[in-house]
Amino acid sequence: MIAFFLRRLVSAVAVLLCVVTITFLLIRIAPGSPFDAERKLPPAVEKQLMAKYNLDGSLWDQYRSYLGKLLSGDLGDSLKYRNRTVAEILSQTLPATMLLGSVALVIAVTGGVVIGVTAAAGQHTWRDAVAMLIALAGISLPTFIIGPILVLIFGLWLKWLPVGGWGSLAALILPAVTLAIPYIAYVARLLRGSMIETLGQDFVRTARAKGLREYVVLYKHALRVAILPVVSYLGPLAAHLLTGSIVVETIFNIPGAGGFFVNSILNRDGFLLGGVVIVYCALLVAFNLIVDCLYSALDRRIRLDG
Amino acid sequence: MASAIRFFRQKPLAAVATGVLVVIALASFLGPWLLPASYAMTSPESFAPPSWRHPFGTDLLGRDMFYRVLSGGQISLIVGTAGALVSLVIGTAYGLIAGYMGGRIDNIMMRIVDVLYSVPRLIFILVCINAFNAKLQGLAETLGFDWIVGSSRIVILVLSLGVIEWLTLARIVRGQTLALKNRAFVTAAVALGQTTPVIMWRHILPNLIGVVLIYLTLTIPAVIIDESFLSFLGLGVQSPQASWGSLLADGAGALNPLRIRWWLIVFPAGMMALTLLALNLLGDALRDSTDPKALKHN
Repeated sequence: MIAFFLRRLVSAVAVLLCVVTITFLLIRIAPGSPFDAERKLPPAVEKQLMAKYNLDGSLWDQYRSYLGKLLSGDLGDSLKYRNRTVAEILSQTLPATMLLGSVALVIAVTGGVVIGVTAAAGQHTWRDAVAMLIALAGISLPTFIIGPILVLIFGLWLKWLPVGGWGSLAALILPAVTLAIPYIAYVARLLRGSMIETLGQDFVRTARAKGLREYVVLYKHALRVAILPVVSYLGPLAAHLLTGSIVVETIFNIPGAGGFFVNSILNRDGFLLGGVVIVYCALLVAFNLIVDCLYSALDRRIRLDG
Repeated sequence: MASAIRFFRQKPLAAVATGVLVVIALASFLGPWLLPASYAMTSPESFAPPSWRHPFGTDLLGRDMFYRVLSGGQISLIVGTAGALVSLVIGTAYGLIAGYMGGRIDNIMMRIVDVLYSVPRLIFILVCINAFNAKLQGLAETLGFDWIVGSSRIVILVLSLGVIEWLTLARIVRGQTLALKNRAFVTAAVALGQTTPVIMWRHILPNLIGVVLIYLTLTIPAVIIDESFLSFLGLGVQSPQASWGSLLADGAGALNPLRIRWWLIVFPAGMMALTLLALNLLGDALRDSTDPKALKHN
């Protein structure tokens, strides 16, 4: 267990290092300087700025000093939002992104489980066909189609939910549902497959023979076994939901980290971009690790040797 | 031909999807050409709701939305198909080499794929556009390719989308190659003394074409989504050119509770949704029909 954990940790650090390096190179290869603005800076000022942020050395020197800073836990300063460090910006914007992501995660898993179980229990009936058609639509349609359509229907025509704003529970519903829909569909498909397999097993027949009610058989006996593939998908799912809200944040004007991600690319704000990428990547790796441990707790037959 | 008829008979939904795709493609490529030229121009009729003259309404500048949605479809479809073809060439070659060479080369090549999966695509594409746009324009001007000069941004978009979308295909092709290279006809080719490139090209590649083409129908929607995503954020196709993504962004921007201009969202979203659904339906059906195991579980 510990050996497995350590090996995974080493490979995670290696992946992080690769991603940091590639991001660093990409942002430096791009032409233009972070200090290009509508108003051209005097050359002397620009030179001073370059020196201050350590951008005047060779590529190798810059890379070394950046990595050194990262190792000591310093994400650097933003080049565009002067006098703010990357850590400050992230700590101000990440909570909104995280809240949105966690609500979406709950919606995605519960919605996916209910649809998946319903489809599997009614295999070869119209319920199954409808559920799978909805799932196909959910998977094929990107959030920037679903989001505006939901706003139009529930926000503007029916006027059930607020369209923008941030801070109330009602304002959270539309963005969270928009973010969750593709993953509801994915979880539903995944669960339907494993549920159909599970429902054919002997212990399900036994449970039914005991005269248990159908929903007890489905949700208490069969789901417990059938949920395993969904659990192993929880890691990437959580990471995608917590980091993948760029479009949703744009549509619904949410003050999260996604907007800063896009802006930092446009502004060539290398340190801010690096910070966002590192945090996102670290989340991805961490969730995968947690889920692997959770997996073995749910099913004792799985041993962590890989 | 006979097998195509049999396939569509077994999967009526796939036949409908193919029909929808043909209609959308024809409309996108012929429509803008058949409509009166004035439809492409700006007019004083700003934000007119759908009517007989403007079936999809007009936008902020009074341009006909029917025309805009069709010509936007043209760009989305071209970018999607061309980007998918680029990714197909790269992914097939990469997976074929990794799978056939095996051993350490395979190991290194697939580790590279693992790492590339975690590179943020958005940054990659933006860097490509920024870094190569001016260069490509200069090159096209000296070579006299006038059509590239105007759309150099789209050309680079296509190339960079193709360059990031090949990873999954490379994995699939590698898996297939691993299974194929131990078959008797490959051993026979080796025994006949044929060189490795000839075996890969003449013996293994023809056996991969089915898988690759099926995957193409699933890559096209992925590239269309990527392109629209970038255009939605204002980073892809630039005005006055339009794609479904940029039209949606315009529509979402014009949303406000006082005047609901639904036609700016519903029509581009509907056309794009139809296309994506049809492509995914067709791809899934094709995959199921070649993989009996997948059919049983789904």
